[in-house]
Amino acid sequence: MLARERAEGMVVLATSAALLAMGIAVLYSAGQTDVPTAAGHLWERQLTFLGVGAVLAFLVSRMSLRLLEWLTPAAYVLGLVLLLLTLIVGTGAGTAAGARSWLAIGGTRIGQPSELVKLAVVLMLARHLAGRRGPPTTLWQLVPAGLIVGVAFVLVGLQPDLGSALVFISVLFAMLFWAGVSPWLLLFLASPLLSLLFAFSTLSWGIWIAVLTAVLFWQRPYVLEGLTVWLTNVGMGIMALTLWNRLAPYQQNRVLSFLNPEVDPRATGWHIIQSKVAIGSGGLLGKGFTQGTQKRLAFLPEQATDFIYSVVGEEFGFLGVFLSLLLFGLLLGTMVNIARRSRDPFSSLVIFGIVGVFFTHVVENIAMTVGMMPITGIPLPFFSYGGSFLLTCCIALGIVLRVAQDAGRAGYGD
Amino acid sequence: MNWFHPHLVARRAGVARLVIWAGLGLVLVAFFRAQVLSAGRYQLASEQNRLRAVPIPAPRGLIVDRNGEVLAENEPGYAVALIAATEDSLVALLTRIQPMLGLDPASFPDIRARYRRRPSEPVVVQHDVPFEAVSALEERRVLVPGLVIQTTPKRRYSFGSLAAHALGYVSEITEEELASGTVAGARPGTLVGRDGIERTYDDRLRGRDGVRFVEVDALGRTVRDQDVAPGLPPAPGATIRTSIDIALQRFVAETFPAGRRGAVVVLDPRTGELLTLFSAPAYDPNAFIGGIDPDVWQELRRSTEHPLINRTIQAAYPPASPWKLVVAAIALERGAVRLHDHMPSPCRGGLQYYSRYFRCWSVEGHGDVDLFDAIRFSCDVYFYQLGLRLGLETLLQEAGALGMHQAVGIDLPNERTSFFPPSTEYYNRRYGPRGWTPAVTLNLAIGQGENVQTPLNMAYFYALLASSTGRVPPPHLVDVPSGVPVRELRLTEALRADLRMALLAVVESGTAVASRVADLHIAGKTGTAQNPQGADHGWFVAFAPAEAPEVVVAAIVEFAEHGSSVAPMVTRIIARHLRGVEASDWGVPRLLVPDDSAPGSVPIIPGNPTGAGTRTR
Repeated sequence: MLARERAEGMVVLATSAALLAMGIAVLYSAGQTDVPTAAGHLWERQLTFLGVGAVLAFLVSRMSLRLLEWLTPAAYVLGLVLLLLTLIVGTGAGTAAGARSWLAIGGTRIGQPSELVKLAVVLMLARHLAGRRGPPTTLWQLVPAGLIVGVAFVLVGLQPDLGSALVFISVLFAMLFWAGVSPWLLLFLASPLLSLLFAFSTLSWGIWIAVLTAVLFWQRPYVLEGLTVWLTNVGMGIMALTLWNRLAPYQQNRVLSFLNPEVDPRATGWHIIQSKVAIGSGGLLGKGFTQGTQKRLAFLPEQATDFIYSVVGEEFGFLGVFLSLLLFGLLLGTMVNIARRSRDPFSSLVIFGIVGVFFTHVVENIAMTVGMMPITGIPLPFFSYGGSFLLTCCIALGIVLRVAQDAGRAGYGD
Repeated sequence: MNWFHPHLVARRAGVARLVIWAGLGLVLVAFFRAQVLSAGRYQLASEQNRLRAVPIPAPRGLIVDRNGEVLAENEPGYAVALIAATEDSLVALLTRIQPMLGLDPASFPDIRARYRRRPSEPVVVQHDVPFEAVSALEERRVLVPGLVIQTTPKRRYSFGSLAAHALGYVSEITEEELASGTVAGARPGTLVGRDGIERTYDDRLRGRDGVRFVEVDALGRTVRDQDVAPGLPPAPGATIRTSIDIALQRFVAETFPAGRRGAVVVLDPRTGELLTLFSAPAYDPNAFIGGIDPDVWQELRRSTEHPLINRTIQAAYPPASPWKLVVAAIALERGAVRLHDHMPSPCRGGLQYYSRYFRCWSVEGHGDVDLFDAIRFSCDVYFYQLGLRLGLETLLQEAGALGMHQAVGIDLPNERTSFFPPSTEYYNRRYGPRGWTPAVTLNLAIGQGENVQTPLNMAYFYALLASSTGRVPPPHLVDVPSGVPVRELRLTEALRADLRMALLAVVESGTAVASRVADLHIAGKTGTAQNPQGADHGWFVAFAPAEAPEVVVAAIVEFAEHGSSVAPMVTRIIARHLRGVEASDWGVPRLLVPDDSAPGSVPIIPGNPTGAGTRTR
């Protein structure tokens, strides 16, 4: 048993190291352009961040989960305060120039608190759920969990950084699922959002409401809850248009150009089209390390951050995509195993929350580059340039390694 | 029950792993579609993104003379073009290079319009840029991203105006021509032949443009312009070998009286090849290169001397006495007369016909002459009677059969159709059914009246006469024109030889005796085309050697007074051609021959209408 736990830790270490190495290499390549771009020497700074991150990861992995659990509320509150500060004195920069997502002191940008808050929310939610006697069974019981995530969601959403905000939602559902919340309850929880999505056409929305009504009658939740769910759905459907109009124009454009990139190939659709061209032209084996023409000639936008995976696709081809996705799959799968093996609910939930964060980032970012998902500026773990997120990832890895170790030491097994 | 029971957690872990692998699998499928199934399409898009095609103009084919001397060639020239991502950046670039090139800001709207039509192609800003300006631009290349220097061959006519009318000239294709697609494979800046051989053989001369690629970045700035991608080399246009003998053409130009207008055609009667096509005054086709200066163009267009007109094929003159051979050939062929037949009335200086007295050019008269001597002395009275004997209908019909109211069909554009009345219907229409008398026949018989011929058409007839077979392909500069009837003089070789001997006598002892060249048997006919606007035009049409002609020369000098003043020039040209350069240096012979043009007829009863008079155009 001990060997197995250690092996899992090793797999996590090995896959993340491989991904990090690949990430630094691709970031280096992203700076190799024929036209001077801002990405020139980012890989060197990323290496510095990585050094700091490695130290942090090591420190965290030496830290007891109990200590972490004890620190959690303080971390969560600190995170929220930072978010509030960001809203008040934050600046925009880089790929999120239009949003106040950076915390800056005296003009020096320190970081993007929203990345670290993701981890804080995971910890806080894990602490809350682990403290319960059993999984929440009613909507009412979901309220505290919803609040923990909701406050962070609103604060990040106000920046506005919709991409990061949506990560919180996905983390909430992942952790509730892991805590054993009934799928029907999750459906009810998700139903207002689904209602919003279906509202693009009256017919689809009508069908959705009918199905929801039927499910409500069959599942028979408390009358008040059922009524609340039903009314919220109807309300969402009616509000959809107003909400759409309240979206910032660039957010609307992102959704529109996701649906049809050719609408405006020069402006909004440019990112998606050029990214797909870069990836598609990579072919099976790619154009070769640093040789991607789309990247070299600056056709590829944000090639060091949001669209770094397009460089992977262009230069390493389908083979590189396959290998990197395999590594991500191995890493996430192993983390799920670690979460499963950990008998302490807090550790288990924290690990699964981290899985949720990583998975959301990976799928959304990579699928976005190939036009499967709308563009949201969320970074790709281990690849995208960005100190805050890299440090967040490193701390998360430290926690994962610690839990893997603990499971081995405790001698638990099945 | 423990809600974190291993059993339950294992089940959730199974679901989670399924979701993870399914999610990543879906993403992988999307990449498979893009990178494996649609790779070709995206690779093409990527190449189109980064590569801009820059045309390499094909060098226009050379035009050489019959001895391989180059008449039209190409010189390297430079054009400055810009690649811009947007019209705004184009304007920014234009304002930046404007002082370096000395561009006229007035041309900006035009450049912008061309850019809008083809935004992804380099737009040419200025043609024919001097080398110094090009190197100055190259030094400041960093300041002008998107700069493309194109080498564009420039047309050059080595002999300037010497063979201008035969060669023609070129100019850049117009927007209208581009839009209508009449010129195959054309792009902005393509040179198109506008006149002469340049126009007729434009398709063969033009060649096929090549292409090279430059690499541009997302903002359209040129990043690399060497060895980017394999291009296509241009296929140069074919070399066109003309039948012109430029040395002879130069001799003709030098021999032709300076400051005079006129035309000289030198033709090989055995093949129909034109050795010289000379028209004075001429223009310099080099002036059209890189767009002609509007002032120069207006001057060329408006000049009363009409230098743009090719007088060999675009001007027609009354044929006058050389025409008598047409009448003689028709009469001989019809059997209406024999070489030594006399006419009922001897020449006493004129002939009375109805109420008019038709004079001969010789006041004292030629006496009782036969056809041979009538040709030799150009006796008008003899030909009046010969015309009457043939009859108007026959004359019109047979002259038509000889092509005298047609164009030759030379391989040059805009040839003028010679005019000769097609039938008596013409006179009915023109003067009314009763408005004319058969007296018009008399005028027609001596090359006056409603009859204007291009010098080339006259040369063609004399070539038929000179040819040993009576059949000569249409006169041409390069290829025998297809679909043009080959003219034939249906006269036995013996009769044609008789006429040649009569024409030989003209030079040996007749009206052109002064222009004789020792031991060269030149046969020819002088003529004086009456010109109501001023001094008469002088004709001389000749061939040599008379026994087996190798060359036909038709020359007209406007306002030359007499054909006999033209004759020495022609005989010198013939001697130069048959005897070579050294034989040409004789100085100008004295002119001693009298005027052989018949003066207008005089009414016997004053006030009587004259019928159709002499008309020149």
